Amino acid sequence: MSMPGEVSGVKTEPMLSVRELSVSFIQYARGLKQQLLEVINGLSIELYPGEVVAVVGSSGSGKSLLAHAVLGILPGNAIVSGDMQFGGEILTSKRQSTLRGTEIAFVPQSVNYLDPLMKVGAQVKAAVKQGSKREVQQKIFKRYHLDKNVENLYPFQLSGGMARRILVAGALVGNARLVIADEPTPGLHPAVVKETLHHLRELSDEGRAVMLITHDIKAALEYADRIAVFYAGTTLETANVADFSGDGSDLRHPYSKALWKALPQNDFVSLPGFQPASGELPQGCLFAPRCHMFKDLCKEKRPKERSLRGGKVRCHYAT
Amino acid sequence: MRLTGFLIFVSGKVLKAVILLAALSVLSFWLVSKSPIDPVQSYIGADAMVVGPEQRENIAAYWGLDRPPLERLYSWGAALLQGDFGTSMIFRRPVLTVIGERFMASLMLMGLAWIISGLLGFWLGITAAMKQGSWLDRLIKTYCFTLASTPTFWLGLLLLIVFAVWLGWFPIGLAVPAGGLAEEVTLAERLRHLILPALTLSILGVANVALHTRQKLIDVLNSEYVLLARARGATEREVLFRHGLRNIALPAVTLQFASLSELFGGSVLAEQVFSYPGLGQATVQAGLRGDVPLLLGIVIFSAMFVFSGNLIADIIYRLVDPRIRQGEASG
Repeated sequence: MSMPGEVSGVKTEPMLSVRELSVSFIQYARGLKQQLLEVINGLSIELYPGEVVAVVGSSGSGKSLLAHAVLGILPGNAIVSGDMQFGGEILTSKRQSTLRGTEIAFVPQSVNYLDPLMKVGAQVKAAVKQGSKREVQQKIFKRYHLDKNVENLYPFQLSGGMARRILVAGALVGNARLVIADEPTPGLHPAVVKETLHHLRELSDEGRAVMLITHDIKAALEYADRIAVFYAGTTLETANVADFSGDGSDLRHPYSKALWKALPQNDFVSLPGFQPASGELPQGCLFAPRCHMFKDLCKEKRPKERSLRGGKVRCHYAT
Repeated sequence: MRLTGFLIFVSGKVLKAVILLAALSVLSFWLVSKSPIDPVQSYIGADAMVVGPEQRENIAAYWGLDRPPLERLYSWGAALLQGDFGTSMIFRRPVLTVIGERFMASLMLMGLAWIISGLLGFWLGITAAMKQGSWLDRLIKTYCFTLASTPTFWLGLLLLIVFAVWLGWFPIGLAVPAGGLAEEVTLAERLRHLILPALTLSILGVANVALHTRQKLIDVLNSEYVLLARARGATEREVLFRHGLRNIALPAVTLQFASLSELFGGSVLAEQVFSYPGLGQATVQAGLRGDVPLLLGIVIFSAMFVFSGNLIADIIYRLVDPRIRQGEASG
């Protein structure tokens, strides 16, 4: 397995680079007292052209918000800090609004993301920014083996597989260089899951960077190049897929190792305890309360992300 | 098949209408027969001193008031089935003619109020939702909540005082100028008499549509499909015109049709305040003076009117919403 960013030996620039991203929401606590709820903190991730990076974590870890932050579609009461770059340039909210739907494409979770009262062909056409809307839409439908009459169907008339293809198709209307897929396969038939992930893999093989947000580690291992392990709003580890093997000793963070061991084909033992809720985060390392390597330093100081054995880890004691 | 599904739907509705009308007729007849108002007394009015007890009995016999209630209900019902609504006691003309005439006057009033309140309410609702949380949104909400708790007659009196009495812009009442020939009344004069009562009804009718539209549009703006539209680069304007209007128009239109009952109820009060000779005013007169045939005729007619409004709302949904339309076609 080659190192990230090395395509046939030449080091390339990351397509997307997110450094120390934090997202907080202003909430009204008691009465008019405002309260900041930090849902993403100190998150870093990099995506290179031609690779699929899976963002894996349990629900509530802030995975979807990462996608919304990159696209710039967080709700108005969100406060974002940190550094995001796309194609080597800083992602300002103005740039985000021109890149959304053109160079950055979004593949959503389910058919609920389609307007129930609009024909699907028209919805795909509406997303086309350049060229003949009709031609672009028909070309994409052909690519995904969608019959001509499908464009006249309403979302509720689509089968699960068709809906998937429509949602992926919508991401291709522009010249997307980055595709963000947010949980694209929940509750689907295994064959449909396979087809969808295969389509995403295809997109990256054509030179795009694909961020696959999922809680399905098994699927991620099969289709991704690298895996970012998410926990309580941050990335605890970024590892190559190959590191997830054997007894998990190639992994760096105790949480990743625990995740790996929890898989049915491995030890099938789950880690006791649960992810801290945003607003009740520990002061030191976010994982400290559940960690078996826990020492005093972990309680006092939140570890910074550091490179380790070709990956990244956020742990004082990982080796 | 789609057509048979539709036919079953319509015939079910018609059956319901028939049952509703039958029950309504019996109930209203019973209520009127228990009314403390003596129709003979209210017919005679100021001439009570001149009319002797014998003449009273004659009048009662002429109207059939001397017979037991059940017999009266039966003969009224039998005539009704043949399309004969009877003769109004106070207008001394067939009930259907009176209703027809009065309804045309009310139709202008209600129609105008219906359209203005619908359009204005829809627009206010959209504005509030698009600017949710702003001072404009709060202003519109306050306006709607205030109006929702304002009595029609009070607002009517207020408009009368300000625009008719103080400013003198509009006539104080009636549908046409008093003291002229019917043939000489111009359309402009009719409109001038129509504006204040129509305004009263419109201002009050706005609240419902505006608040519903606002809430519905806020739901749409928070929906997952709008999130996707934004993620694909749609501007707020495109979101409103592509997804917003499409998803809120149908509920707004059907709500407006379903609100015909409130409009009718409001028009009774507004017509009374403005002495506007419409169906609402006729209802009040028929009630106060014990004109049973006219009152029952109006009850049946208004029930049909409101029922049709709801039926139209249902039918529009079935014709326009693809989930119902296509679902029936394939199912």
